[in-house]
Amino acid sequence: MTNLFHQDVLTALISGGVIAGIPLLLAACGESISERSGVLNLGLEGMMIIGAYTGFVAAYYLHSTWLGFLGGAGGGVLACTVMIVLCVWLGLDQIVVGIAITLAGEGITSVLQGAQFGTTYPRLGATPTTSIPLLHKIPVIGPGLFEQNLLVYLGIIFAVFLTWFFRSTSVGLNLRAAGEKPEALDAAGVSVAATRSWAVLSTGALAGLGGGFLAIVGAGVFTPFMTQGQGYMAIVICMLGRGKPIWVALASLLFGISLSITTALQLAGIEISTDLINMLPFIAVMVALVLFGRRSYLPPALALPYIRGAR
Amino acid sequence: MSTVPGNELLTEVEVPNRAGARSGAVGKAIDTVIRSLVPVLLALVAGGVLLLILGHNPFAFYSSVWEHGAQNKAWQESAKRMAPLLLIAVGLIVAFRANIWNLGYNGQFLLSAAIISGLAPSLVNDLPLGLAFLILFLVAGAVGAIWTIVPALLKAFYETNEIITTLMMSFIGVGLAQILIKGPFQDPSVNIAQTKVLELDKMLPHIPGTKVHVGVLVALAAAVVVYLAISRTSFGLKIDVLGANPRAARHVGIGVKQLIITSFFISGALIGAAAAADILGVWGYIRANWNPAYGDTVIPFVFLARLNPLVVIPFIAFFAVLSTGGTLATQEVGLPTDFLLVLVALILLFMTVIEFLGRRRSLGQSYLTTGLKDALRPPGSKKKAPPTEVEEKPREVVR
Repeated sequence: MTNLFHQDVLTALISGGVIAGIPLLLAACGESISERSGVLNLGLEGMMIIGAYTGFVAAYYLHSTWLGFLGGAGGGVLACTVMIVLCVWLGLDQIVVGIAITLAGEGITSVLQGAQFGTTYPRLGATPTTSIPLLHKIPVIGPGLFEQNLLVYLGIIFAVFLTWFFRSTSVGLNLRAAGEKPEALDAAGVSVAATRSWAVLSTGALAGLGGGFLAIVGAGVFTPFMTQGQGYMAIVICMLGRGKPIWVALASLLFGISLSITTALQLAGIEISTDLINMLPFIAVMVALVLFGRRSYLPPALALPYIRGAR
Repeated sequence: MSTVPGNELLTEVEVPNRAGARSGAVGKAIDTVIRSLVPVLLALVAGGVLLLILGHNPFAFYSSVWEHGAQNKAWQESAKRMAPLLLIAVGLIVAFRANIWNLGYNGQFLLSAAIISGLAPSLVNDLPLGLAFLILFLVAGAVGAIWTIVPALLKAFYETNEIITTLMMSFIGVGLAQILIKGPFQDPSVNIAQTKVLELDKMLPHIPGTKVHVGVLVALAAAVVVYLAISRTSFGLKIDVLGANPRAARHVGIGVKQLIITSFFISGALIGAAAAADILGVWGYIRANWNPAYGDTVIPFVFLARLNPLVVIPFIAFFAVLSTGGTLATQEVGLPTDFLLVLVALILLFMTVIEFLGRRRSLGQSYLTTGLKDALRPPGSKKKAPPTEVEEKPREVVR
């Protein structure tokens, strides 16, 4: 089985790529919502790890995948309220608060996990999958794309929905205005703080949901620091996708594949350093940034708190 | 209290932020102390509450931290811990003053650490010890500096956001360090993925009468040198201008591109030197997957010290005690040592809150450089809620 293009290997690669890509997709879509509204959310990593923890705990005690997802989203919302209060309402430094949320998230989940389970890491069972009739029987891509957890489909649908939401709804327009020219939004009689609060709130929910998916479906277990920089990757994906959800989704799945390539290579019997493989996504990001991201578009009011009447 | 009249730009950058409501040197000192210490105290209190919730006695915990971090001979361990922390802090200060967010410290540190651990065993045997240490420190600095090169060039020429690029390079650097440790630098005589262990007499010598290695003196010297460079040389003035306003910097004829690259290099070099001090002074080898993430924990103290390399020293000393004592204290009560991360995050959060209240009440100085502060305001909002009279006062020079 040393052939990389053997059917099993490709199936595992695509399936693993989708599972690894969905947390990135959810978090990156979340980040694009808050970035478009003018809030640079560097706490994404922390929100993901908190979501992973709360999601896992909910799924573990309530024996339900969906309640687990809900718990994950709840954890993300909880973490992002800190950001809303400090950054959106009080106008404090988004970078410093973002770093703080990440550190706090990593620390607190590790402490809580230790307090609860000690040094054991209980596992969750396999999660239910939904097969799409006929399509899931296609060889190679069928099992990977059409026989997954329902949330996978919902995540992809959400990216499409988000495109429409940004482009064609008045709320989406308000959101973009909050990032482009908050003064104009304020003058039009819409509260900038409220718009941004809702944006960050949905970011938190999505990042938490992504973290929950990572713990419940991806790993089936919660270990401290399990997000391993995926939150930061999501921020980069959002930058590379220039805030366009479809591109964000595609980039997430690509990065998901590079995350899951280790397993596929092991199946193929190829011996390669896992450290090298783990570096691949980040190298890919740097190459992509050097080649395409140099003129990446960011909203003008990004990371600037809005203070009414300030000039 | 001397005020420097005349050149507004010059005086402006000497002390980027002053919005003192109280008058007099004493009042100002009190303000600064309040602003710097209150977040730490609040974080310790909040951490204590968290300990109570988890079912531990916070007083016992903190006294255990003190016992293991400062009492008897424990202070020597803390002093050793100060060396890497202080060098990283000073490295971050150089970058942050130039308004460059060098968040790639973990990669810069670990890559330097891996290369130093790999080179040291043969170098200390082949060369006179002093020369070997000098070369190793220079190599460590060079590695740290080289690892900032891509973010520096991207930032200088394309204005790519350095937060993202340094973070990515950090992950790559950590990975590369693992590959080096497991590959070329692996000690063939052991089964664990680690480098060859330096013999005790081939490590950095101790300060006479103590068990503290001289790397601490290197770190203190670096802090003083950087302080002098920042406050007394044209380079320091230039990076402060750059930090305050890149457009103004270009306008007065500062080579902004070179300056960005230089600041990045100095920052990376100091962080690399931190790795040399830690490996040659304390550990003597590096094991795969070891990542102390010193930089993460240093950030709040860098801000609390208002980006001043001398003021940061007592903060780092405090954290070194908390860190060495805390590691043992958490193990004693069966908590993960990551509890310390929570304390650090709490300090950061309370710092921003105190900063907010301080802005409201014009308490002492802000922790952000003018540039960073401006970057966080809506475009063109020079004259903000706190009265303009504060903005227009001549700034004082604090030495």
